[in-house]
Amino acid sequence: MKASASKGFVIGFGAAAIGLFALVASIAGIAPAAAEDAAVVRLAIKDHRFQPAEARAPAGKPITIEIRNLDPTPAEFESKTMRVEKVVAGGGAITVQIRPLPAGRYRFFDDYHEDTTEGFLVVQ
Amino acid sequence: MLGALIIVFREVLEAGIIVGILLAVTRGVPRRGLWIAGGVAAGVAGAGLLAIFAEQISNALAGVGQELFNAGVLAVAVVMLAWHNIWMARHGREMAAHMKEVGDAAAKGSRSLAAVAIVVAVAVLREGSEIVLFLYGLTISGDSTNSGLLVGGLIGLLLGCGVTALTFFGLVKIPARYLFGVTTVLITFLAAGLAAQSVAFLQQAGIATAWEGTVWDTSWILSDRSLLGRVLHTLVGYSDQPSGMQLAVYGLTLITIFGLTKALRPSYPAKPRAMVEQSL
Repeated sequence: MKASASKGFVIGFGAAAIGLFALVASIAGIAPAAAEDAAVVRLAIKDHRFQPAEARAPAGKPITIEIRNLDPTPAEFESKTMRVEKVVAGGGAITVQIRPLPAGRYRFFDDYHEDTTEGFLVVQ
Repeated sequence: MLGALIIVFREVLEAGIIVGILLAVTRGVPRRGLWIAGGVAAGVAGAGLLAIFAEQISNALAGVGQELFNAGVLAVAVVMLAWHNIWMARHGREMAAHMKEVGDAAAKGSRSLAAVAIVVAVAVLREGSEIVLFLYGLTISGDSTNSGLLVGGLIGLLLGCGVTALTFFGLVKIPARYLFGVTTVLITFLAAGLAAQSVAFLQQAGIATAWEGTVWDTSWILSDRSLLGRVLHTLVGYSDQPSGMQLAVYGLTLITIFGLTKALRPSYPAKPRAMVEQSL
């Protein structure tokens, strides 16, 4: 009986976990696609380097960054100042939405190859 | 090789600290080894799956699947840690009194162990998937230095496990009667840090859009990418550039868990209760 009680708890936890995730996912469903008037920046990763290594975007507007990974190896697009951290599979592509930024020079990099992949987004 | 060692060590560090703390927290609870090992195994298996489906998860839910997955997983860990803390506050004393009578303590301990195992699995899952992706990248990149990088990665993994041991042995040196109080505080801060990370992913997904501005920048004093910064990041949720929302969630989580732990703590003295139970 004790065993079944602890089993019940495990099932309860599983249900709670799934419920939480469903809740988060449903919020995502309601969230508006805020990309309408966003500036789009396109980047590629090839041979563990960003192309272009420096991109431009307008200040005070939401920014959409599209990253295509042309390498077969995974990368993690990361920027402290833009507050982004997202994995790009080898040969894959991701999109990240950046909040409106004040003018400045924002550094980004591939977390798995920080020594070679560095790029900047110049917001003005 | 050194680069691989550092990257893998860095990722294992966070999970290692969490596992070490949880091992210390559950010291003396029967079958905790099984639960925690199960949590690690589930985390590793999940990390492999996560790495395989990284692209699908990324593209799911209008391109914010990865963020929501991370936020959800972290939120689960926060809830489990909070629940564990509150549960321990209610039953910790009687459990300690019964510790030597295996029967009751085992049944009671198991309930909380389920929460602990889930937190371990979640920690290993998150950090593990990064390692799997990184090492996978190394093995398919076709460089001649691959074997060296893999060796570096493995050493990093072992060093990370060493951190778990250090955390555990450091904590169990604390006399048993203080350990409970120390770990309660540790877990509360751990949970608050994870909650702040979770909300950061919601911000990245564009779901939480209030208070996005950076409140302070202490990266010039202590970067949260440095080793010490990472340790503090895990332990107390240190961030060198936190957003207002992250701070609010951090504070709210602290207050909520401390408040509930205090409010739900039994007010009667522990000894008479233990005696009543024995006489039943």
